[in-house]
Amino acid sequence: MHRVRENIYKWVFAIMAFASIIFLVGITITLITQSFPLFREIPVKSFLLGKAWYPTYDPPEFGTFPLVAASVFVTFGALLVCVPLGIGSALYMNEIAGYRQKSLLKPLIEILASIPSVVYGFFGMVIVAPFIQKVFNLPTGLTAFTGSIVLGIMATPTVASIAEDALSFVPKSFREASLAVGANRWQTLIKVVIPSAGSGISTAVILGISRAIGETMTVLMVTGGAAIIPKSFFQPVRPMTSTIAAEMGEAVFGGLHYNALFAIGLVLFIITLFFNILAEFISNRYRLKLGAGR
Amino acid sequence: MDNVVHIKVSKVNFFYGKTHVLKNISMDIYKNKVTAIIGPSGCGKSTFIRLFNRMNDLIPNTKVEGHIYLDGEDILLTKTDVVNLRRKVGMVFQKPNPFPKSIFRNISYGLEVNNIKDRKFIEERVIESLKKAALWEEVKGRLNDNALMLSGGQQQRLCIARCLTVEPEVILFDEPCASLDPISTKKIEELITELKKNYTIVIVTHNMQQAARISDYTAFLYLGELVEYGITEKLFTVPENPKTEEYLSGKFG
Repeated sequence: MHRVRENIYKWVFAIMAFASIIFLVGITITLITQSFPLFREIPVKSFLLGKAWYPTYDPPEFGTFPLVAASVFVTFGALLVCVPLGIGSALYMNEIAGYRQKSLLKPLIEILASIPSVVYGFFGMVIVAPFIQKVFNLPTGLTAFTGSIVLGIMATPTVASIAEDALSFVPKSFREASLAVGANRWQTLIKVVIPSAGSGISTAVILGISRAIGETMTVLMVTGGAAIIPKSFFQPVRPMTSTIAAEMGEAVFGGLHYNALFAIGLVLFIITLFFNILAEFISNRYRLKLGAGR
Repeated sequence: MDNVVHIKVSKVNFFYGKTHVLKNISMDIYKNKVTAIIGPSGCGKSTFIRLFNRMNDLIPNTKVEGHIYLDGEDILLTKTDVVNLRRKVGMVFQKPNPFPKSIFRNISYGLEVNNIKDRKFIEERVIESLKKAALWEEVKGRLNDNALMLSGGQQQRLCIARCLTVEPEVILFDEPCASLDPISTKKIEELITELKKNYTIVIVTHNMQQAARISDYTAFLYLGELVEYGITEKLFTVPENPKTEEYLSGKFG
């Protein structure tokens, strides 16, 4: 009897554990099979490098280059916001803030991460966009720049929290060793603490990137939605995610447009997968590196 | 040359929060001698020697009273330049703590942070320190390997070499053999005996045999008080205080 119960537990938990793998495989297969019909009509090369995205024209054009470029623009801009802000706050919390300040700051920063993205989008539309329109005297405030700022703020808690963890994992003995030979606090930080936390900090940045590149709602609301190749930060753009979200409703089920949106999803999936694997790879190396120093 | 006072500790009290950790300690530490601090765990030995290079500054919520004079200068003042002090008073810790860098960079680190840029000078000094720390023969072909590849005993000698590059006057050892095997321990002990020719050495240990083997003077600390301090041989054979005798004979500890 006891044996049987033991076995039931084992199987129930095993199924739960393998469920995510089943979902992953299922999603991958769906993405591939649904986007496959498109590539019978349109070569992969002109899908990836085509300069025009006119899915409803006759004949339609499915060049995703403007969308990919828009995603790259917005994500890069967001990085310029979230990396300094995130790493800066991590360094402050770890090095300068006392125990009490840190125990207040860290949960607060993590709350930023729990605000729904539609609220960020709303905030971007109502506050940031008009402000940018006025300051830079633009025809519209819904630009790549606006998207970058809002996404950057959204990704900051991810970067700050993971970077802070990495910094606090640096063994106290490293700091002591550095100070004991007469290094000052600044030298200790630059030459010992940051390099030791380096891989953890890069992981933080990469996860920040995947957070920004995969975000849909916010960019849909604040980037303006023009499917043209961006020439500057101050024009409306249409990143990959918002294209899917905006057009899925109007695309004919099973039609080429429908398949093309799945294909965009596939590209997006491959990009974020790449970044996640990179992050995993780097943090593995990091564990090895600090392993003996603890 | 015999018995020149190098460090003079005068009425030192130390508080951690409300806990009175060190109680009114006064003692003289002599130049080019090995002074061992013994006592049961938690008696304040480590806290005590961490005053000599102001390592306790890193711990929040602490208070120190009294004076410690190094070459006649009080090092417990707020205006003391701690960076400069730590160059004069080096420290080797309980667990070997090399940086995750190459062997060479670990040792040159102390020079780097002192803004010394002359490559040739750095190289010479690194080799010299490795030789003094009796590690040169074992690592000479692989200075660019990561220091974490070395064994525990080698890592500890590397830490000693790192401390030697900045040419301190005093070296503090905080239970340097606590995590080492007997053979590595023996090497470190021989090294300490060798080093005392040029440096003043203060070593914390809870290994009484070790104190008896290598030190010239021994201080017995119990519950934050300095119970007895004197020439090692005398303290171990005819202790004055009955508490010392009880500790040495293993009645508590």
